[in-house]
Amino acid sequence: MKRFVFGLIAILLVVSSVFAASNDLEIFSWWTGGGEEEGLLALFAKFNQYYPNINIINAAVAGGAGTNAKAVLKTRMLGGNPPDSFQVHAGMELTDTYVIPGLMEPLTNYLKEWGVYDKFPKDVMKIVSYQGEVYSIPVNVHRGNVVFYNKKIFKKLGLTKEPTTWAEFFAAMKKAQEAGYIPLALGDKNKWTLTHLFENIMLSMFGPEDYKGLFDGKVSFNSPEMELSLVLLERLIPYFNRDHSALTWQDAGRLVFEGKALFNVMGDWEEGYFKTLGWKPGEDFGWFAVPGTSDAFMFISDTFGLPKNAPHRENALKWLKFIATKEAQDIFNPIKGSIPARIDADKSKYDVYLTWSMNDFATVAVVPSIIHGSAAPEGFVTSLNDTLNRFLVKKNISNALRDIMWAAEDQGYLTE
Amino acid sequence: MSVQKNKSRMGFIIILPSLILIGIFVYYFIFWTIRTSFSNWNSFSSLLRGVYKYVGFRNYERIFMDPRFQTDLWNTLFFTLFFILGSVGLGLFLANLIDKGIKGSRFFQNLFLFPMAISFVVTGTVWSWIFAPGNFPNDPQGLNLLFKKLGLEKLQWMWYTSSESIGHFNLALIAVIIAAVWQMSGYIMAMYLAGLKAIPEEILEAARVDGANERYIFWKIKMPLLKPITLSAMIVLGHVSLKIFDLIYAMTGSGPNNVTDVPAIYMFELTFRSNKYAMGSAISVIMLLMVAVIIIPYLYSSLRRGVSS
Repeated sequence: MKRFVFGLIAILLVVSSVFAASNDLEIFSWWTGGGEEEGLLALFAKFNQYYPNINIINAAVAGGAGTNAKAVLKTRMLGGNPPDSFQVHAGMELTDTYVIPGLMEPLTNYLKEWGVYDKFPKDVMKIVSYQGEVYSIPVNVHRGNVVFYNKKIFKKLGLTKEPTTWAEFFAAMKKAQEAGYIPLALGDKNKWTLTHLFENIMLSMFGPEDYKGLFDGKVSFNSPEMELSLVLLERLIPYFNRDHSALTWQDAGRLVFEGKALFNVMGDWEEGYFKTLGWKPGEDFGWFAVPGTSDAFMFISDTFGLPKNAPHRENALKWLKFIATKEAQDIFNPIKGSIPARIDADKSKYDVYLTWSMNDFATVAVVPSIIHGSAAPEGFVTSLNDTLNRFLVKKNISNALRDIMWAAEDQGYLTE
Repeated sequence: MSVQKNKSRMGFIIILPSLILIGIFVYYFIFWTIRTSFSNWNSFSSLLRGVYKYVGFRNYERIFMDPRFQTDLWNTLFFTLFFILGSVGLGLFLANLIDKGIKGSRFFQNLFLFPMAISFVVTGTVWSWIFAPGNFPNDPQGLNLLFKKLGLEKLQWMWYTSSESIGHFNLALIAVIIAAVWQMSGYIMAMYLAGLKAIPEEILEAARVDGANERYIFWKIKMPLLKPITLSAMIVLGHVSLKIFDLIYAMTGSGPNNVTDVPAIYMFELTFRSNKYAMGSAISVIMLLMVAVIIIPYLYSSLRRGVSS
């Protein structure tokens, strides 16, 4: 009996000491490689300067675009074991999966209390909000509607002006094809790159306001612009590299880098990729907005939110307040190769490409990306991927339109 | 009598833990998957709310109406057929060569068996490089580059990125089938080799004395004796091919117009990418049934054999 009591006391002591020492903060992300991880660790280091007693647990799950991490996160949220804060793409990816089921805490009041609510563009705040409440804080911003090109080939072909219309774009591609180059590099083994291209075509056909309207229930999917987008995509097919379905986006970028291809439509993480390959922005490669979309910024953003029942809620709030500061955003973004979501950041820290992107971000309309989770729920994205994957082979516009209408109807979007 | 009873009770207690674990982690989860497949849990929020709404066979109807799933079923059929034929054929051929005791047979035996030790993901990645078409004819890669160097440009092809098909057979599957056969034929060879070694020399001697030639011996004596091995090989290969995911996921993905897509990949995408848990479960159940169709008769026959002996 005595032994039992002692044992019990010993256990109690151990347990209580564990609780006393647990001044933890668990941050969940898929930033495990390259500049991303470096940037995250730099954030942690700065955070620990302010809060030396908080022990940060880096719960990062490897895997491109967070495909594995998202599955792990879903399991944890389902099991009632949320991290203190987690990385998630801005918009529907968070809203549809976690906000609507009531798993997240609204952050609007905190943002106002910290005095940063009006430091983010209005369009951005709208994307991260649901029913008027903000649910996550954007840390970085990537732009999706960018064409990257090989400057050497561009010069060799006698091209001087960056195309701003599709007619000029097609003329340039024709020249490249005649000279034996791949006009437009694509690597759609993992499907999403094709949808990435297509959403930019949609943006150019609909224009920024109507494109946003598709997802607000103001504009119908059953519009002539939808068909025009498919027609344009079909016209692009002969200009792709013929092995596109064996390649990834990096492979496609490499075709441009190796001087085999002229253009590539990709998010601006490609700029970071080119830089790691040793290219200089503005000298070796150039860029311009996808034709017809220079008045818009296809917005892709990583954000952090606050799950309900976060085990260390106070620390999570400290973390969120920290990442919303100009200082934190200017630490993270130059390393990752993205731009801050705040418009008052220090431009001198960013290279010539990122400065171009920052200027546009502050001035043109910000629109949510479909493929990168901001505009539509994941179910719609998968259906669209499938439809376009079939369309590239079958080239059947009416079937593709029908499939897109079905997918839109499933989500309750306008199709009348 | 009571010793016997004690013994069987002891046996039962010993296997009880694994019985419970298998009961939970295999059979209970199968039951749960079936239950999910009849629900409306086609979004994360409906799953989270956990309110079970029975919708009958609606998920199955949607799956079978889906052109992608129809393609998947055809792909599975042709993949299974050619994968089994190829692996059994090649395995049997290699086993016979080695059984004849050609020079260095021990070395070759290990060489052929080796691919089996590699994971499908590795196999898939390597073969995806070999069959990568590149931008031929100007800038070919892999096999196409080899053909160019050998002056055989006519043989250059799109391989697994081809969207051609004969009837419902997508030609892009050929590359995947070659990779799968490369991986599994060594294992089948080992199975046949064990079988061939187990055939008593006297029977073969007797046949030779009676004037039977080698071909006759192979088809009329060896093959019938190897029948249980052929059956086992087909079961092993059949269940691998019906459930195949990793090889194709690493090698080709779904391919253009889903030419190399299979049910397991679609199931993964529906469940974990689109949050359509009920529809994903419906595919799982269909896959389970497909495997059951080939496994259950096998279990039944081997069980009966066990009882009669």
